[in-house]
Amino acid sequence: MGKTLFQKVWDRHAVGILPDGSTQLFVGTHLIHEVTSPQAFGMLRDLGLKVAFPSRTFATVDHIVPTDQRTEPFRDSLADAMIKELRKNCSEFGVTFFDIPSGKQGIVHIVGPEQGITQPGTTIACGDSHTSTHGAFGAVAFGIGTSQVRDVLATQTMALSPLKVRKIEVRGKLGPGVYAKDIILHIIRTLGVNGGTGYAYEYCGSTIEGLSLEERMTICNMSIEGGARAGYVNPDEKTFEYLKGRPYSPKGKEWDVAVAEWKKVVSDADAVYDDVKIFEASEIRPTVTWGINPGQGIFIDEAIPSPEQLPEADRASAKEALEFMKFKAGEKLAGQKIQVAFFGSCTNARISDFLEASKFLKGRKVAPGIRAIAVPGSQGVSKICAEMGIDKIFREAGFDWREAGCSMCLGMNPDQLVGDEICASSSNRNFKGRQGSPTGRTLLMSPVMVVAAAVTGQVSDARMVFGKS
Amino acid sequence: MLEWFSGNPKSMSLSPIAQVTGRGVVVAGDDIDTDRIIPARYMRCITFDGLGEYLFRDVRQTPEGKNTNHPIDDPKYKGATILISGMNFGCGSSREHAPQAIARAGFKAVIAGGFAEIFFGNSTTLGLPCATATRKDLNALMSLIQKDPTTIVKIDVEKLQVTAGPLSFAVTLKASAQQGLLSGRYDAIADLLANLPKVKELAGRIPSATAS
Repeated sequence: MGKTLFQKVWDRHAVGILPDGSTQLFVGTHLIHEVTSPQAFGMLRDLGLKVAFPSRTFATVDHIVPTDQRTEPFRDSLADAMIKELRKNCSEFGVTFFDIPSGKQGIVHIVGPEQGITQPGTTIACGDSHTSTHGAFGAVAFGIGTSQVRDVLATQTMALSPLKVRKIEVRGKLGPGVYAKDIILHIIRTLGVNGGTGYAYEYCGSTIEGLSLEERMTICNMSIEGGARAGYVNPDEKTFEYLKGRPYSPKGKEWDVAVAEWKKVVSDADAVYDDVKIFEASEIRPTVTWGINPGQGIFIDEAIPSPEQLPEADRASAKEALEFMKFKAGEKLAGQKIQVAFFGSCTNARISDFLEASKFLKGRKVAPGIRAIAVPGSQGVSKICAEMGIDKIFREAGFDWREAGCSMCLGMNPDQLVGDEICASSSNRNFKGRQGSPTGRTLLMSPVMVVAAAVTGQVSDARMVFGKS
Repeated sequence: MLEWFSGNPKSMSLSPIAQVTGRGVVVAGDDIDTDRIIPARYMRCITFDGLGEYLFRDVRQTPEGKNTNHPIDDPKYKGATILISGMNFGCGSSREHAPQAIARAGFKAVIAGGFAEIFFGNSTTLGLPCATATRKDLNALMSLIQKDPTTIVKIDVEKLQVTAGPLSFAVTLKASAQQGLLSGRYDAIADLLANLPKVKELAGRIPSATAS
């Protein structure tokens, strides 16, 4: 009987079974940032512990970092204290820190792959739920809490119970103007925001195979929004091609050895799955959320459902969402006025996102009165965008082009919604208050749809705005 | 003594948690996410101290700072130590700040219709049991508590049973969490450290990303 990638990687990294019955799992690579690590270092100090394998932990600063001011001290004294604390911790415990002056700083889930630190067949942990992003490379990657960050720092292991594996096959050709973001929003809408509880999602099928690594990252990134703690794609030639020559990728003879090993972790043809779901790419259309969780989405040409149309279990949440969003059942999202356009986050702030959107944005202007901000996912992305003239296209269109960070995805830095502003956002969560204003309203969509909304001042079908239908 | 371990294992010993008894407060709704439990703006900190104050902050106060009469602030629930909520509680972010805020606001356990996985693990590590009840039992418990907030709720971690006034129903809890709570090993650090020699041996066989 064959094994899935998840099972192979799990078995390889299992140290043993703990007294409570959970597995002690070795973490190949640990990523940390300024928000969920300072307390973990504090606990290490309290317990008199050191970092067991400092060369396996990498740090960067992303959540609190201002995107419009890079000179220290930051205006926000709390944010300033947090970056300095991380700097101190990394220096004291011998951890590599991709700090702002390094030119390698950025959102942790964009920096890892960019540096070649994210590799197939390994286990990755980070104190951030979007760690599932790294699964795009065939790694098994978990978001963890701060006590577990402490565990990984102190032992390079953590206590975890194995997950079931659901195979999610997406097959066929995507229509024009339909992107990876639409695929994952559609999957979450179909399987539910808690449909993945207890599972790792294995994304496969001809559509997924046809996606670039950056697009696969968008899909794996949002696994957690479907309740799945991890999501992954089996590594293939595209994976190896992406990693070749990156700063932390194996080199020379070691490269060949690594690729041979990576090929072995791919799920066997006769692997047994706990569940299988199949999606047809041709049925997926540009998707936008209308509610307060990422599963409350509709195709751009559909109407907002009335709670009565939905399964009983979803009705209360739908009613709450309609009230909060100030939308009516039966309305369409197309034509809904927006006040803010946010292009960024670990879901969609990679080079391919900016490149694709820039093709449509070129020569166009952000509609009057719309606050539009574009935040590259890393300094690396920013540099390449500048080399390709992409930043110029965004600036000339009227976008505020910022420095790298998480920014308005979660509103921990000064980039926040004000009052009940509606934001067309390429990020991953539309929870109440997520973007920094308790009454702010978030509409999740693909980056190209964000650009379409920015130039028209309202939610729009990008295929019509840019003539792609 | 292992070279990287100079800690005192005694400081890591924990008391078993076999049952939690106290009054409940109902925070109704499904899919209550960790941004709702503690908005990201209040995580600009380097310790967890004082986070209890920010529990459910944005729904307890209007943007103008006015009290919204949220159940957490309702005098009739004052002193409650068991939080009762709906399905998929704690979804979203992996922030341990969420269970930290709940625990630091004085709660000892959560009963809900289901829990997001990372939240569940984070809570268990802090010794905050998260018991899952069926929708039917949950509705009955919510009605009872809303009617009579002085009702004493008891969660028996060993028998996986909740009793409250006339109600008595079974709850579920992941086996490893139950085992951990009952044996006082819900925080795994001591057990993980005990295996460090094995970890070191395994580490030699697991490649690590290295700059060249």
